[in-house]
Amino acid sequence: MDIGEYLRQEVMPTPFCKGCGHGILMHAILVAIDELGIDFGNMLFVSGIGCAAWIPSPHFAADTLHTTHGRPIAFATGAKLFNPELDVVVISGDGDLVSIGGNHLIHAVRRDLDVTVIMANNRVYGMTGGQLASTTPHDRITATTPGGNPERDFDTCRLVLACGAGYAARYSVAEPVNLRRVIKNALQHKGFSFVEAMTICPTQYGRMNKMPVPSQMIEELKSLCISGTRAQVMAGDAPEGKVYVGEFI
Amino acid sequence: MNDEKKKVKPTGRMMDGNTACVEGALRAGCNFYAGYPITPSSEIMNLMARRMPSAGGVFIQMEDEIASIAAVIGASWAGARAVTATSGPGLTLMLENIGYALATETPCVIIDVQRCGPSTGQATRPGQGDVMQVRFGASGDYETIALAPWSVQEVYEMTGRAFSLAERYRMPVFLLTDELLAHLREVVDLDTDVEIVERPEVHGVPPFGDTRTNAPTPMPRFGTGEKLLVTGSAHDEWGYRRTTDPAVQRRLTERIASKVIKDRVELAEVEEFHTDDAEVILVSFGFSARSSHAAMRLARDAGMKAGLLRLKALWPFPREAVRRLGSSAERLVVVEMNRGMLRREVERVASCPVQGVHKTEGEPIHPREILDVIQQR
Ligand SMILES: Cc1ncc(C[n+]2csc(CCOP(=O)(O)OP(=O)(O)O)c2C)c(N)n1
Ligand code: SF4
Ligand SMILES: [Mg+2]
Repeated sequence: MDIGEYLRQEVMPTPFCKGCGHGILMHAILVAIDELGIDFGNMLFVSGIGCAAWIPSPHFAADTLHTTHGRPIAFATGAKLFNPELDVVVISGDGDLVSIGGNHLIHAVRRDLDVTVIMANNRVYGMTGGQLASTTPHDRITATTPGGNPERDFDTCRLVLACGAGYAARYSVAEPVNLRRVIKNALQHKGFSFVEAMTICPTQYGRMNKMPVPSQMIEELKSLCISGTRAQVMAGDAPEGKVYVGEFI
Repeated sequence: MNDEKKKVKPTGRMMDGNTACVEGALRAGCNFYAGYPITPSSEIMNLMARRMPSAGGVFIQMEDEIASIAAVIGASWAGARAVTATSGPGLTLMLENIGYALATETPCVIIDVQRCGPSTGQATRPGQGDVMQVRFGASGDYETIALAPWSVQEVYEMTGRAFSLAERYRMPVFLLTDELLAHLREVVDLDTDVEIVERPEVHGVPPFGDTRTNAPTPMPRFGTGEKLLVTGSAHDEWGYRRTTDPAVQRRLTERIASKVIKDRVELAEVEEFHTDDAEVILVSFGFSARSSHAAMRLARDAGMKAGLLRLKALWPFPREAVRRLGSSAERLVVVEMNRGMLRREVERVASCPVQGVHKTEGEPIHPREILDVIQQR
């Protein structure tokens, strides 16, 4: 099917900045759904607050629940438990899902809630002006860490694996084919599945970290990501400044 | 013999307020409970955990109150009659998502078993300090419906009523009880009429009202091909986010307020005792209204013309009744386990002097304390 048919044309184009990675992820998700032939009319997309939360809402021509900041998984829990027939997918940002919403994330994993969570990790709070997220790498500049981030960042795949996730995968928007493949696998997984899409926010993170041009950020993603296994992710032994990507099952 | 039998109704059962709450909810067709334990509401949750599966519904203990009300709202959009129960501190955590339920016109019921606060306060002791939290706790501008039972029977009935009001007005409805009612045991007649408002399945109708009227539109449901757009951001009648259009925001705030205001007189239920000739009228709600009723009787026995206005709903506030009695009586005396939350409202509309009997020490108000104020002149 033409991908355009999954979108509410009346709201296009998206409000995302030029060069934002959220559009690449949006495309990967829709192609994955199309290739699997999932009934879009039976899907519910739940998102929180942030630029990434706008990926499904209002763009996807399906049921969408645009909730409060950090809470989409909790809303999704109620909808899925009451109507298990619904195909529920949560799409939101790193700030939303693992900073303010981290508690709901780990509990959904522990419960093995049968939903797919897709996290757009641009390593920053894009919408509110580039503040520190719990996924911002050490030393990186944000609006609230002008001297560099003094803290460590979360490896969210490692976190959900430690909580017992049956399916976790991570790829960047610089590898859309792999990203699409793991989204497909996650959507088919019975039980909790998690996909982390490493992505770019040229407007905030890029400008503050001397990568104002989107292509510079894509290059950074390419050099950042190295392939790794579940055991390597769980050991947390990625070399300094690198992130393991792959399917961690 | 036969007459004796009639007195004890066959469906009458001895139970406490928290149990009556569960019975009332299930009777009203409640089929989803999400919550987090907190004294003095926990027995509601414990009992729901046991009862819900056999009633064909879903029960889940969430990780906190924020998640509990979120799950309730998500379930409601999936078609559930959903409820949560909590107490003051838990309600505080729920407020942001209660605002979301108001903005998205989501039917759900929130039971607040009040305890003495602020903060952790006295967890096992009664209070009535959430009067304003339920009214103004969430951000922005809106109206609320909050019911206030005074007996275990009424807890049962009003829980059912809360569900039908939630459906009818498409909004969160509060049931405000307290620690005393929660653990008070009385005989309850379970065989009373409960109105069950069905959700008609409609298609192609704007989910957030047509543009001409502010009447609530039927609550749609996920998975029915409606491609629902639900957002807590400012939205038009189809749910499209329109966050910089003054007209869209104006319409939304008007809508969610006017549907309650329009039926204010009917929603603001009261019960009056001896108000016709009363010189001093007590104004109270919940358990404190029982103390007030006893005080009124003591006063009457002593030859004083005392009456009682009992609020069965705190919000919308029964302005008309208070105004009327405020002009017929010499004094109004507001009786409540807080420092004067309801009294502020009464003072705003009553033309006569308003006094108060207030207690915030985790103890019920004794009728004698009220009688003292009635006797003062
Ligand atoms: C309770 C609450 N706190 C704060 C905010 C402000 N806020 C909006 S979006 C956002 C961060 C979003 O970051 P992320 O989820 O990473 O999305 P991105 O914009 O980066 O895609 C914050 C803090 C809010 N909307 N609600
Ligand atoms: S601020 Fe960043 S995340 Fe948000 S739309 Fe712009 S580039 Fe994308
Ligand atoms: Mg982000």
